[in-house]
Amino acid sequence: MTESGKHDIEIRDLYKIFGPEAGRHVQAVKDGLTKAELNDRHNHVLGLQDINLTIPRGRITVIMGLSGSGKSTLIRHINGLIRPTSGQVLYDGQDVVTMTPAQLREFRRQRTAMVFQKFALLPHRTVLRNVAYGLDIRGVAEAEERARHWIGRVGLEGYEDYYPRQLSGGMQQRVGLARALTNDAEILLMDEAFSALDPLIRMDMQAILLELQQELRKTIIFITHDLDEALRLGDKIAILRDGAMEQVGNGQEIVLRPANDYIADFVREVNRGRIIEARTIATPLPEGGELPGFTVKARSRLDLVARRMTKAGVSTAQVREGDGTLAGVIDLPGILDAMVNPVEAAAQDED
Amino acid sequence: MDLIQFPEMSRGNLRVMRQTIDGAFRDFTRAWGDTLEAAFSPLQDLLTFIENLLIRSPWMLVLAVLALGIWLLSRSWRIALGSVAALLLVGYFGMWEDTMRTVAMVAVCTLIAVVLGIPIGILMAQSNRMNMMVTPILDMMQTMPSFVYLIPVVMIFGLGKVPGVIAVVIYAIPPIIRLTNLGIRQVAPDVLEAAEAFGSSSWQKMRDVQLPLALPTIMAGVNQTIMMSLAMVVIASMIGVRGLGQPVLQAINQQYFTMGVMNGLAIVAIAIIMDRTTQAYGKRLQKHAEAGK
Repeated sequence: MTESGKHDIEIRDLYKIFGPEAGRHVQAVKDGLTKAELNDRHNHVLGLQDINLTIPRGRITVIMGLSGSGKSTLIRHINGLIRPTSGQVLYDGQDVVTMTPAQLREFRRQRTAMVFQKFALLPHRTVLRNVAYGLDIRGVAEAEERARHWIGRVGLEGYEDYYPRQLSGGMQQRVGLARALTNDAEILLMDEAFSALDPLIRMDMQAILLELQQELRKTIIFITHDLDEALRLGDKIAILRDGAMEQVGNGQEIVLRPANDYIADFVREVNRGRIIEARTIATPLPEGGELPGFTVKARSRLDLVARRMTKAGVSTAQVREGDGTLAGVIDLPGILDAMVNPVEAAAQDED
Repeated sequence: MDLIQFPEMSRGNLRVMRQTIDGAFRDFTRAWGDTLEAAFSPLQDLLTFIENLLIRSPWMLVLAVLALGIWLLSRSWRIALGSVAALLLVGYFGMWEDTMRTVAMVAVCTLIAVVLGIPIGILMAQSNRMNMMVTPILDMMQTMPSFVYLIPVVMIFGLGKVPGVIAVVIYAIPPIIRLTNLGIRQVAPDVLEAAEAFGSSSWQKMRDVQLPLALPTIMAGVNQTIMMSLAMVVIASMIGVRGLGQPVLQAINQQYFTMGVMNGLAIVAIAIIMDRTTQAYGKRLQKHAEAGK
């Protein structure tokens, strides 16, 4: 009964300038006018510049950045809440940017759903009426029945007749998530959805999201300022800074090969053992070397591998892919090295 | 040059100006007075109908219906019983009929103010230009001495109920307009954004989000409007509106202290009843906001 993501979202050459005469300055920005210069000389704010990003269908794409980096602006371009100064947002052969208001309304109703940082529930409606809201707007008859289903799925059974203000923050955001899921859309936009929650509840919600995504396979765009959250959730991570894309890749690529000092600073504090997979640091078996007797899985994270190896009392192991092919060998000093050594920016690394 | 005397328009010119404007308005009144009066006659009929209903029905039935209405709105026995006691007292002191006339007048004026005021408030909330244009008019309506706009109203309609209603509505409508506007503008932007993100049309946004969330504020406006129409009833009695205002006016002219106080207190009693009832209703609308954890 639910739609999984069917199409990639393609963001092409996106620029957003805030100010009354934004259109006049976009060419200058393309030609190299910086954010500071635009602000000083023309009193316009550069929100996003030169954004090119493919958001793969059925995956979680995390857009990460600190406050003011433009991440919330970027996510609002995908459902047209903000219109760009120039650029395209393509989905299923359509450009969201050029849609008429009626088309845009239809697109939002049928294809997207959104979860907000401050929950943004309707305070005068009960949990049930909030969750049914998206279907109410569309005039769907069985709105209530479907709403009840998703209320159950996020673990709020029995709270249908409560008002949002009677619930804790974590429960309110479950309502927000259920409201979005009930909309039955292919695209799920999550704007710092868990940022306002306590750390433990946040972990809980992340687990719920990952579990649901296993089966739903929606195209999820998740905004966060928290790298740990990005690494935990993101199949693909895009890092924004001052409105520009700094690096795009999966978690390992970003942790192991940060594109510049800024990102290297970011990833320094990360628990690398939990990110890096065994096959990433596996080395080919030396010519004539003996294959270790102990085997670990290629996709296992290093902290798990290290724990298993120390427990078994071995210092080397062979790394096998899921299909049984040999990925290489691994030893404890190598694991330790990868876990504790912060990597400098890729540029300095490659000499 | 004379620095003390203000350089004013010559008396002759001033007189000509006044006479021209007055003359034009008188001509307008002669030409259109009957048409306007006919246009407003349904209002007169409505008012007469409600008045007669309240005065000619058995007093116990009227009292029971009022008490039931008050209870339905406030859901408070205290307010309902207090209202009944106050109305019994008012009736015992011989003011039942005048009180009913005043109640009818206030009810009709409030109804008109709400029907006109809420849409104007909605328009103001949706357009800053509309807001900029209407706000000074409201300021003027609230500060202009009410006697001033009684003059043209009386010139067109003569003495009676209809000019009274018009005068009261002009005086009492600003709060409902202002508070509708304010209530809608105060709706949290993140909730509005959510409504938009789920694909609401602007009408759906108004119906499902903005109006329900503004309703408590709008109710405060209704409350204010009722209070102001009650205050205006006394002044409107000068142009022939019957009810509790007339004895007060008479008492002023003839220095009947007790009569003035009694009718004044009857107005106070209606005011308190209506105020407590509408406030309790407004509070009930905010049930969702009060629920604790």
